[in-house]
Amino acid sequence: MGALVIAEHNNTVLNIATLNAVAAASKLGTVDILVAGHQCQAVAAAAAQVTGVTKVLHADAPHYAHGLAENLAPLVVSLATNYQHLLAAATTNGKNVMPRIAALLDVAQLSDIIGVVSDDTFVRPIYAGNVVATVQSLDRIKAITVRTTGFDPVAATGGAGTIETVAAGPDLGLSQFKGEELTKSTRPELAAANRIVSGGRGIGSAENFAIIEKLADVLGAAVGASRAAVDAGYVPNDYQVGQTGKVVAPELYIAIGISGAIQHLAGMKDSKVIVAINKDEEAPIFQVADYGLVGDLFKEVPALIDALSK
Amino acid sequence: MKILVAVKRAIDYNVKARPKSDGTGVDLANVKMSMNPFDEIAVEEALRLQEAGKVTEVVAISIGPTACQETLRTAMAMGADRGILVQTDDEVQPLAVAKLLQALVAKEAPGLVILGKQAIDDDSNQTGQMLAGLLGWPQGTFAAKIDVGEGTVEVKREVDGGLQTVALKLPAIVTADLRLNEPRYVKLPNIMKAKKKQLDVVSPADLGVDITPRLKLVKVAEPPARAGGVKVADVQELVAKLRNEAKVI
Amino acid sequence: MEREAMEFDVVIVGGGPAGLATAIRLRQLAVQHDHELTVCLIEKGSEVGAHILSGAVMEPRALNELIPEWRTLGAPLHTSVTDDRFLFLTARRALRLPTPPPMHNEGNYIVSLGNVCRWLAQQAEAAGVEIYPGFAAAEVLYHADGRVKGVATGDMGRTKEGAEGPNFAPGMELHAKQTIFAEGCRGSLTKTLFERFDLRRDIDPQVFCLGVKELWEVRPEQHRLGRVIHTIGWPVDQATYGGSFLYHLENNLVSVGFVLGLGYENPYLSPFEEMQRFKTHPAMRETFAGARRVAYGARAISAGGFQSIPKLTFPGGLLVGDGAGFLNLPKIKGSHTAMKSGMTAAESVFKLLRAGEQAGTEAIDYLHRLKNTWLWDELYRVRNIKPAFRWGLWLAIAYGAIDTYLFRGKAPWTLRHKADHTSLKPAALCKPIDYPKPDGVLTFDKLSSVFLSNTNHEENQPCHLTLKDASVPTRLNLEVYAGPEQRYCPAGVYEFVEESGSKHLQINAQNCVHCKTCDIKDPSQNIHWVTPEGGGGPNYPNM
Repeated sequence: MGALVIAEHNNTVLNIATLNAVAAASKLGTVDILVAGHQCQAVAAAAAQVTGVTKVLHADAPHYAHGLAENLAPLVVSLATNYQHLLAAATTNGKNVMPRIAALLDVAQLSDIIGVVSDDTFVRPIYAGNVVATVQSLDRIKAITVRTTGFDPVAATGGAGTIETVAAGPDLGLSQFKGEELTKSTRPELAAANRIVSGGRGIGSAENFAIIEKLADVLGAAVGASRAAVDAGYVPNDYQVGQTGKVVAPELYIAIGISGAIQHLAGMKDSKVIVAINKDEEAPIFQVADYGLVGDLFKEVPALIDALSK
Repeated sequence: MKILVAVKRAIDYNVKARPKSDGTGVDLANVKMSMNPFDEIAVEEALRLQEAGKVTEVVAISIGPTACQETLRTAMAMGADRGILVQTDDEVQPLAVAKLLQALVAKEAPGLVILGKQAIDDDSNQTGQMLAGLLGWPQGTFAAKIDVGEGTVEVKREVDGGLQTVALKLPAIVTADLRLNEPRYVKLPNIMKAKKKQLDVVSPADLGVDITPRLKLVKVAEPPARAGGVKVADVQELVAKLRNEAKVI
Repeated sequence: MEREAMEFDVVIVGGGPAGLATAIRLRQLAVQHDHELTVCLIEKGSEVGAHILSGAVMEPRALNELIPEWRTLGAPLHTSVTDDRFLFLTARRALRLPTPPPMHNEGNYIVSLGNVCRWLAQQAEAAGVEIYPGFAAAEVLYHADGRVKGVATGDMGRTKEGAEGPNFAPGMELHAKQTIFAEGCRGSLTKTLFERFDLRRDIDPQVFCLGVKELWEVRPEQHRLGRVIHTIGWPVDQATYGGSFLYHLENNLVSVGFVLGLGYENPYLSPFEEMQRFKTHPAMRETFAGARRVAYGARAISAGGFQSIPKLTFPGGLLVGDGAGFLNLPKIKGSHTAMKSGMTAAESVFKLLRAGEQAGTEAIDYLHRLKNTWLWDELYRVRNIKPAFRWGLWLAIAYGAIDTYLFRGKAPWTLRHKADHTSLKPAALCKPIDYPKPDGVLTFDKLSSVFLSNTNHEENQPCHLTLKDASVPTRLNLEVYAGPEQRYCPAGVYEFVEESGSKHLQINAQNCVHCKTCDIKDPSQNIHWVTPEGGGGPNYPNM
């Protein structure tokens, strides 16, 4: 009785968030991966390489191309009886499909876990990360989404899983993919971004905020701001980290010219890696930053942009 | 077409939650409670569809103790036509909520159910998807924009790294994300009018739903304080650390 | 601009003890006399209790009169005062003094006044009062002949610049035969009424104190249910009026606060920092060992007492509660007097309305009725205690003893007050105060404190802290007084920010906890506090 991880991919490349989910699954037993998609052999092959993976279940059909929950959920349900744990990364795809699977199996779901206590007990943040709950599932099958920042990813290679083709289910025809606009040229949305560059009062003016935007573009990051910067009128208020719905937890958070008032910290403290650049070496932001750089931001940020552009 | 909107009474978003010192739960004594902000967006969207002439009736549903009547009154003050409270003092987890809503869908036969994408207390983000699964209906989660057409609804969804558009056959489930709309202010005379709108109260037993919890809360705690890391000397060292140690770039 | 209007017999502005007691008493009388009477109460906080902050030890005298069966109705008065201590602090030591008579607490209760108000609101609704929290009274409305017609709630959804935003909803007019202002200390509409009707003629200026309060959950072994401690002395000097309170209430909670007279002279003084420093006293810090701070807030209170009570009535309305200045400072209690004033006002107003008087009459017998209550006598007897503090702590105590024991409060003279905004000395004549850095365990900085007030304001709205002259903050306040608003504001609203070489005042209106100190203490009275969008401001739980 092992764990089944639902792979996240775009039919060509395995999304690395899957590796975090496999990391969580590895704490629970043997790990199989389901790769459901359309013409996604490459992904199945990549999944077989992932450290710790025993078996890849590969289902291929046009109606799995975009991972729509209506067709994907019944497929997972048909495979689920062989497993004690079903996991997916807590990406928008994972969050979309897993509860549907859980409902069809008549089991509860544990969302956004950040820790594994035992095979039925997990740790997850609630109240926007202000409280951490330890929760035990009383169901036979545990449906789980995994917060990627809670588990270091396993290696993408080094494994030797077998690939097994599974039959595709029918197209239920409930939903249809119409298109997508991926934010490649424009910046990602703050709440969903993997990387965020934020500026504070230290930026000094609305014009100076360009330097933050430039760094964000080099990193493919979203732009955020502290309340002080919003209050000072440097940026509009939807940039503000920490307000309703704007509690962020990216992989990388770079705070520039932000002192680190608690209001701001409450909005970003669950970020995986925090970098702070501030001229005041006593700024509270350094108490939470993994990497702190004391210095003049107008000197350090251009240098950082240069170093990253190389 | 009729719309059902599910509204949850939750801690007000301005209030900081705090675990009780014995770890048995979150201290909510005398704490301000409000309608879950994402549910407010869901109500607003339903009302806009009604105002656009696409919907005939908007029914708000809440599940929980008597105090949830206030939440329903708020939804009705915004403009919902009537309210249904599934009254219980027991804990109701997302799966049970979905089952209760499923039972009400069977009674009310709506063309669309709109919910908030998640509640800001348990942060589960499950109920809409579960309801869709139980009903065998399509789901448009994390909606940033919705367009109701003949027999279908097109939903623009906030997904990682962009927006995805799906077309769903009606009846369908939609869950509201932050950018879907900005809810209206409740006007005083509408609060007064809402007091006279129809509010029915039913029990989980009336609906034939077993709401026994499937998850057991072992304990709650404050999150561990984040420890400060290291100071780096310069940009070169910072970039090296981010590449080789943190592996985030 | 077109606004909708609604008619009531009585509109009450403010859901504190005074407003709620007025509302309840009115409905009681209406039922008793089988008289139809519509009573509407509006409250700017997101809910009743959200903006209530008090110590508090409550004297149940008024409550006994208003709702004699409060015990069986579940009023949240759970903790009797069982141990009452009065201490004089030096930097290292604590000397126990005899408790002054006004401060005796037999029969009193340690409460959360916010929770008492939540309960009173339930009683009021049950009695037929319509209560609408989340709506701020932003404007007094007048009939053409000058009688008060009612109030208008504030517009919602205006942008920072004042334009109508996409969700704009205009305010609403509430018309009433009588409008009762129960806004609490330094009410923003009450302030305009003082001027309009010249209500403060021939009386002393009102004087104020600022109370900064924290709620702590302490370890059970540090908790002494029912204990009340008041201190005077350290950390403020003898020329500054100030003292602390520390109350042990139910659920291992300790309510601790510092009350400081706003007539202080040194612009470097920070009431917030004094409060933080107070907790570090050797006699205090033990209580907080291993404890957790759960809430923070601040509120100004009226301290002028008897000689500062304004004319209370005007055509179409009247004042009740601490907005009128009914707080008993030597007793450091105001909820019982606030309630009593409201109940008395309700009786006057009801008599008027029952007699069929038309809208806008003046309830002149309110004052006569008040004069025959214990409230009037109580305030009269203690009237000389606070003003004596201008002679310093020891003389004030000595004088207080003479006034209390020898004259029993009936000395043939009355000491006068001087307005608080006139008391600051130029910074050049004062010594900066070196406050210790917060340790993050027992003492904290302002912003992490404000965080625990749960305050918020919709960002995109006009700033509710208005300046009459935008040049005053730098030209006068910074230049002469070293920017005292940075220090007297307990919520970090005011900051002087340097931008390209010159300093300007940054107003962080979102942080505001509605304490009203800036409106009171600004040396040239340049700051005018107006109501922000309804529902904004702190969300105090259990305060």
